[in-house]
Amino acid sequence: MHKESEIRDPLILGNKTYHDISKDIARPVEGKANKYWWILFSLSLVLFLWGVACMAYTIGTGIGAWGLNKTVNWAWDITNFVWWIGIGHAGTLISAVLLLFRQKWRMSINRSAEAMTIFAVAQAALFPLIHMGRPWLAYYVFPIPNQFGSLWVNFNSPLLWDVFAISTYFSVSVVFWYIGLIPDFAMIRDRMSATISPMKKQLYSFLSFGWSGKAKHWQRFEEVSLVLAGLATPLVFSVHSIVSMDFATSIVPGWHTTIFPPYFVLGALFSGFAMVETLLIIMRKVVSLESYITIKHIEYMNVIILLTGSLVGTAYITELFMSWYSGVEFEQYAFLNRATGPYWWAYAIMMTCNVLTPQLYWFKSIRTSFVATFVLSIFINIGMWFERFVIIVTSLHRDYLPSAWSMFSPTFIDIGIFLGTIGFFFTLFLLYSRTFPVIAQAELKSILKSSGSEYKNKK
Amino acid sequence: MSKNTLYGIFDDEEVLLASVKEIRANNIEIEEVFSPFPVHGLDKALGLKETRMAIMAFIYGCLGLSLGALMIYNIMIVDWPQNIGGKPSFTFYHNMPAFVPILFECTVLFAAHLMSITYLIKCGLFPGGTSDSPDERTTDDKFLMVINVDGDTSSVKAMLTKTGATEINEKDA
Repeated sequence: MHKESEIRDPLILGNKTYHDISKDIARPVEGKANKYWWILFSLSLVLFLWGVACMAYTIGTGIGAWGLNKTVNWAWDITNFVWWIGIGHAGTLISAVLLLFRQKWRMSINRSAEAMTIFAVAQAALFPLIHMGRPWLAYYVFPIPNQFGSLWVNFNSPLLWDVFAISTYFSVSVVFWYIGLIPDFAMIRDRMSATISPMKKQLYSFLSFGWSGKAKHWQRFEEVSLVLAGLATPLVFSVHSIVSMDFATSIVPGWHTTIFPPYFVLGALFSGFAMVETLLIIMRKVVSLESYITIKHIEYMNVIILLTGSLVGTAYITELFMSWYSGVEFEQYAFLNRATGPYWWAYAIMMTCNVLTPQLYWFKSIRTSFVATFVLSIFINIGMWFERFVIIVTSLHRDYLPSAWSMFSPTFIDIGIFLGTIGFFFTLFLLYSRTFPVIAQAELKSILKSSGSEYKNKK
Repeated sequence: MSKNTLYGIFDDEEVLLASVKEIRANNIEIEEVFSPFPVHGLDKALGLKETRMAIMAFIYGCLGLSLGALMIYNIMIVDWPQNIGGKPSFTFYHNMPAFVPILFECTVLFAAHLMSITYLIKCGLFPGGTSDSPDERTTDDKFLMVINVDGDTSSVKAMLTKTGATEINEKDA
């Protein structure tokens, strides 16, 4: 048995037994959805359908439907892409890095965080796909032997690195998630009655791959989880590093900096944790998981946000310093223009939301409040979207040639597609919360005796 | 002599672990243990060999790295060398730094997927597979020990009861 210090706060509240955990986690799957679920689901679905319409319009008429122009030729599409990819990172950090560090508090939140990762990466992947203009030719990005002469992809290009990084990240995340889901699907399968809900039982029987929980299988399960975590850890750092190289390997002032990979990875973790909090604070209420997702979990996440947020702030200041120190007038102007040019308001939003907001978490009363955390997490989500917007649009809109300077404003199609992905994301997440075991219950049962409040009080 | 199968059911993993140790110390062979979650130390108590999944992952990773390198070498150096931004395109070695990200991704891709597939095959898990657990409660909160006994079962039954089994079921084979 694990031994744990008595002064550590319990991670599972209430007098729970193993059976109670099964019951609580199967409840959303077995029960009916409440009113709030249906309201949220309908809203998300409407947004999603609106996004589908805007995407169809873009594909039908061309990228001219967006607000892009010859100077600002990358804008909301790549902003949204980087934002969604970044959000995905927290899920992998929670499930992989925290597993390697043996952080038990990850167990109540890793399943949902990984689900968030997968759904967020799916949204991100939509943007390059639509931006291609002819998405049915998307297979051109893969190195497949073809009939077009020796037409190969370019392995020197960061855009191809991105293709490999994101497809690997997505598929490995799905596998990692599913390996963990198998025992939990089996638990739901065994709770279902074959006479009352035969269809459901068959479905979960299919999904659980015939899991029975033999000792040898558990031994392999633990080793496979550990190795997958070990593989996913460098993967998560590589993905956003590579995304940042899409910019850093170009010669656009404001992009061409060596600080980009760590700066992007930290920003990704920062925004990802904010999104995990936004989702979990809602979910713990909607599907009654207050005993498992406690204020302690939120506080731990807030500490990570405080750390990564401060590091992101340091990166902003380092960037400013380096542009001045470089002595290159184009670099210097790019940053001066960011802060004081026509997009100063976007820069101000970014600075306020990303640098000032997380500093509030130094106060324990804010760090341990659900309401404050929820509000601040929304601020961070907004701030991190603006960070990408500032990096991309303000660097492009005033390039080397003043006669080419222009401004960018999104069309309703741009906005529609972005809102559509938010709708799609929440649609997937809401469906997930009703059909999947939203907490890794098998793992959670293994820490009940060391971290459950009842057992802790007994000692 | 008839062959009988005994199912000892336990409520608590610590009791189960002590029981496994005691029963094995009495030279009774335990066929299988089903549990709702991984019980630490159970594999050692049962005398299971260490799993070689990590070694397999390493081999698959090496395979991914080699195949990735072979693919890039063939495409970028042999089949159609191109001058891209003046980067060296005549040897793999000189152009290597630009290939590192994709080589890394290929390594992880192969290691993760092939190891997971190996795991599913070794455990006999596949979509639509059926569970062979004798009791459905083993995925919820019960721990089940399977012991095959030749002939008289009473001594093993007594042993199970003594070491804390809350329920004992018997099946004639």
